[in-house]
Amino acid sequence: MKISTLVTRDLGESLLSGGCGECQTSCQSACKTSCGVANQPCEQKDSK
Amino acid sequence: MIHTFTQNGYTLVLDVYSGAVHVVDEEAAELIRLYEHHGKDATLAEYLRAHPDADMAQMHAGLEQIEALKHLGKLYTKDSAVKEALTADKKPAQLKALCLNVAHSCNLTCSYCFASQGKYKGEQALMSYETGKQALDYLITHSGKRRNLEVDFFGGEPLLNWQTVKRLVAYGRSVEEQAGKRFRFTLTTNGMLLDDEVMAFCNKEMNNVVLSLDGRQEVHDRFRVDHLGRGSYERIVPRFQAFAASRSHRNYYIRGTYTRHNLDFLQDILHMADLGFTQLSMEPMVGDPQDPASLREEDLPILYEQYEQLAVRMLERYRQGQGFDFYHYLINLEAGPCLYKRLSGCGSGTEYLAVTPTGDLYPCHQFVGDPQHLLGTVWEGIRHPERQEAFRACTLSSRAECEDCWAKLYCAGGCAANAYHATGSIQGVYAFGCKLFKKRLESALMLQAALAQDRQQA
Repeated sequence: MKISTLVTRDLGESLLSGGCGECQTSCQSACKTSCGVANQPCEQKDSK
Repeated sequence: MIHTFTQNGYTLVLDVYSGAVHVVDEEAAELIRLYEHHGKDATLAEYLRAHPDADMAQMHAGLEQIEALKHLGKLYTKDSAVKEALTADKKPAQLKALCLNVAHSCNLTCSYCFASQGKYKGEQALMSYETGKQALDYLITHSGKRRNLEVDFFGGEPLLNWQTVKRLVAYGRSVEEQAGKRFRFTLTTNGMLLDDEVMAFCNKEMNNVVLSLDGRQEVHDRFRVDHLGRGSYERIVPRFQAFAASRSHRNYYIRGTYTRHNLDFLQDILHMADLGFTQLSMEPMVGDPQDPASLREEDLPILYEQYEQLAVRMLERYRQGQGFDFYHYLINLEAGPCLYKRLSGCGSGTEYLAVTPTGDLYPCHQFVGDPQHLLGTVWEGIRHPERQEAFRACTLSSRAECEDCWAKLYCAGGCAANAYHATGSIQGVYAFGCKLFKKRLESALMLQAALAQDRQQA
């Protein structure tokens, strides 16, 4: 039986450092016709 | 909430509210699904009923691992963080990005264009320097403490108003430091007027450039023609190749649109890659359902297959040292956006506004020209605050259809413009787009899982 867990940012913990709003507006980068919010990197260097 | 799926030989479990991703085998996937609703003992009993010859030691070990992951907050995570984020005492979102429509005019006449060949159902027009300058001042004034401000030079075709673009960049640079801001300029162009001078300027000043190319020549030239009906492929591709090379193949996107005429759009993406481009984006056409080029429900099986195979082909090319990026598969698992961002979405109407050549403000570029969505002007500010409030209220939590969706923290409820055009309400859901989005997300996660395993084995 195999369960291998990838390294991911914990979304619950992201509340502690998140919400600064400095990240890119999702529609500005490449799509212009859909909404994907998971592509934008967090602007905070030590984000959790 | 969890979501389990198998694609291209990879079985994955997404723990929706923590964002954890697990690569599992079929046995583990079944145990994880059972455990969600049954707990340990009933899960074991259920599993053994279906698999009487199962290895008991393995089952117990698997269940222990599942319980450990649950304890660590990486499985069956509740939505408490989402509720906390929604009730947090956060200041209202402030403006941070403008789509500057510097030209409501175009030197191509693509019939699928959502902007009606650049004119947005109105008159041809170019933005004056004064209007653009006022827009930048408006952005600075209304951006509060936000340091990074984004301005996309858009159209129509922005290179039809190139001197104004350059003057506006110079103005932005001249005031940003004193204002405590940093402008990130981008340009979206069809490439027809791209020359060495434009490239050199963009390489100095534009954080990103979006270059429109639909793929294979026959696909591209079907829609992307000039006013004489001549295809543009041969004129733009060499320029785009030179442009990408001059930017060291970074900070650009080759962006295409696919329609019902090229349901095999994977071939177009691979064609872009074969031309030497490495930063690729391909979007489904969003248009009038009566348009023969519009995608239909019956097209979904082939579209799903295209997205699945795209992930396979990308993996092959990565492993051959010829990898390329596809915008929708660039899911940033380790350092992606926080939960607040995932709940608030694209920010149209509040964080993000579109500006017409005459200075009118709209919630985003897709609403430009619709008088019902006119918000105000860069000179007078917001004249219809109730319209802006409607967009402010348009978040993930405002859409009942999204409540039980496993993908909701990756799309934040989707595009308000697509919802409006599909349902008549910005609070609606563009169901067809949701289906494509979920398939893209599964494909992205599969690709990320495969690449992570490659790195581990290296």
